[in-house]
Amino acid sequence: MTGSLIALAVLALVACGPYILDAYGIGLLIGAVSYTILASAWAMFSGPTRYISLATVAFYGTGAYTVAVLSEALPWPLVLVSAAVIGGVLALLVGLSTLRLAGIYFVIFSFGLAELIRQLITWFEVSVSGTLGRYIFLELEPRHVLWQLLALAAVVVLITGWIHRSRIGLALKVIGDDETVAAHAGINLARTKLILFVLSSVLITLVGAIQSPRWVYVEPGIVFNPQVSFLTVIMALLGGATKRWGPVLGAVPLFLLFEWLSARFPDHFSILLGLLFIGVVFLLPDGVLAAIEKLRKKKEARA
Amino acid sequence: MRNVTRRALSCYVSAMAIGLALPGAALAAETITIGYAVSKSGPNAGGAGISTIPNYELWVHQVNEKGGLLLPDGSRAMIEVVEYDDRSSAEDAVRAIERLATQDKVDFILPPWGTGFNLAIAPLMDRFGYPQLAATAVTDMAPDLAKRWDRSFWFLGGGHDYGDALASLLGELKEKGQINDKVAVVSVADGFGIDLIKAARPALEEAGFDLVVDTTYPAGTSDFATMISGAAGSGADTFIAFSYPPESFGLTKEAQTAGFNPKVFYVGVGGAFPIYPNVTGGIEEGVMSVGGVDAASPKIQEYFAAHQEVTGKLPDSWASAITYTTLEVLEQAIARVGLDHAAVAEEISTGTFDTIIGEVKLEDNQLRDLWLTGQWQEGKFVAVAPADRDGASDPVVPKPAWD
Repeated sequence: MTGSLIALAVLALVACGPYILDAYGIGLLIGAVSYTILASAWAMFSGPTRYISLATVAFYGTGAYTVAVLSEALPWPLVLVSAAVIGGVLALLVGLSTLRLAGIYFVIFSFGLAELIRQLITWFEVSVSGTLGRYIFLELEPRHVLWQLLALAAVVVLITGWIHRSRIGLALKVIGDDETVAAHAGINLARTKLILFVLSSVLITLVGAIQSPRWVYVEPGIVFNPQVSFLTVIMALLGGATKRWGPVLGAVPLFLLFEWLSARFPDHFSILLGLLFIGVVFLLPDGVLAAIEKLRKKKEARA
Repeated sequence: MRNVTRRALSCYVSAMAIGLALPGAALAAETITIGYAVSKSGPNAGGAGISTIPNYELWVHQVNEKGGLLLPDGSRAMIEVVEYDDRSSAEDAVRAIERLATQDKVDFILPPWGTGFNLAIAPLMDRFGYPQLAATAVTDMAPDLAKRWDRSFWFLGGGHDYGDALASLLGELKEKGQINDKVAVVSVADGFGIDLIKAARPALEEAGFDLVVDTTYPAGTSDFATMISGAAGSGADTFIAFSYPPESFGLTKEAQTAGFNPKVFYVGVGGAFPIYPNVTGGIEEGVMSVGGVDAASPKIQEYFAAHQEVTGKLPDSWASAITYTTLEVLEQAIARVGLDHAAVAEEISTGTFDTIIGEVKLEDNQLRDLWLTGQWQEGKFVAVAPADRDGASDPVVPKPAWD
């Protein structure tokens, strides 16, 4: 409870950012908040279930595309609602058909999903609408984007808080520890996973939708950039996907690190990203938070 | 944070390092900062690495060798470069512009590579008041965009320009009886391919052609055997591929393997790349593609030689020369009116410039005098359309057989 309150207070503080920061400062906040939501939403499902999902960009891109298609036809709030509904229905369909797959197959499928949706949209645009690039001309300023993202972040805080306190949170802990035990204890595995997958996907879809007016021009190659999926995974893993505040602690520092790298070493980004991946997986398999806890326990044991 | 990339600057930099230690060093006022964020990694890195980055490097190198950018008062200021990698992400490209404008406060910003990213940064460039000389954006929306953001300039035309030019070129060849009225077209289901096929389909039909093959394939396709054999069996004298680089090369290879020798063989992006002759094994003679240069022009020859010398490779014969042209336009505008953004934008919009592609005068903030179709002739990718423009070469039809 205190955790949620502190988090909400921090979000409120960040919301004052646009009054003191310049455009780049606001841009940084948008990036950091957006990746924080992506990593938290990802961890919401993948943390407890241990299903590594590479489908982040499939939903993120779907959100952006929904805006590109509907932005002129509907008022903005309805566009966002449509994006959430489309993301949710898509996640439900995908979840129903794949969540019974064992872990490794799910990873492969989730990676393919982004490509599948990208090709479907391309096919539709080529053969039905006869255009590919779409324009988003909305009079939304960066600070509006930031405030919407912060509101979404507040929703994430409330949802994770609720999950931790509710029966579903307890069920997830059991599933994470041992699926067989969970099944024997009468937990409906498929339904629990599905609920989380849909929740997490709707949040990710909304991030894409809220951010897309910043890009003006949308085409599948731009919005389905697989790097978004990889960065989200590495951020959540660095912080610790099973801890409630883990993804935040992974997303913010890594986002800032990448930003620094892109300026300091503009020619070596891919190499550094690869090294970082290896480093996180080898040195911090359970994330920073878990590593700190382990250290503390060791100290206590010695004392 | 700042990357001073030019070797020529190193003496100057060390002088400045010494200068910093001395009180009252006022050297900083004599540099002009130019910022850019280009895709150095990710899917766009290929295009940016061919058409955009080498030209930026070449231009900065040449300007600094001359002693810097000329200003209206006759003095010169060295260029200092601030560069970022946008990682082929639109969000990163947008944030990099925010950073260049508000943190680095650079004097001018050069645009990223590609249509999408030029559009993504356009509203910000407009908000911060920077002129944007979009050299690698192909969009039929250019007239509207130039109106929406009045300091944006569009140099590479739209899909219709290229589609229409090809159709009228083929129409003339048909009138002269050099090719029959059948055309086989394949196009990639991606931005550029779609724009071009959409424009070319009606234009070709209007010119009296029968599109006996008209197929679309997804980007990333690597097996072209069916496409080529379909075209070969269609009886068409003309084969057109509105394709992207990997496929342009793949289609060429497949046509060679299958011994498919249409009278006109046209591929999309990649056909004007300097490596295209290597792809064909040195028998590129007669292949047509997008773009082209006036190979007989001494200025173009000089540009090719300088590009080779400074960056270590030849430029492509479509967007490269145009990219370099935008830099010349910017340089001359600054020399005439100084660093004020509004004045520079006004000068670019209304002035006349002497560049490697000849005299440039924009119409409604767009470059309309473009080479739209080119052909490999004796080792050079020369412009063949529009045919009535000075410097156009006559197309060689039929294309000599591969072998």
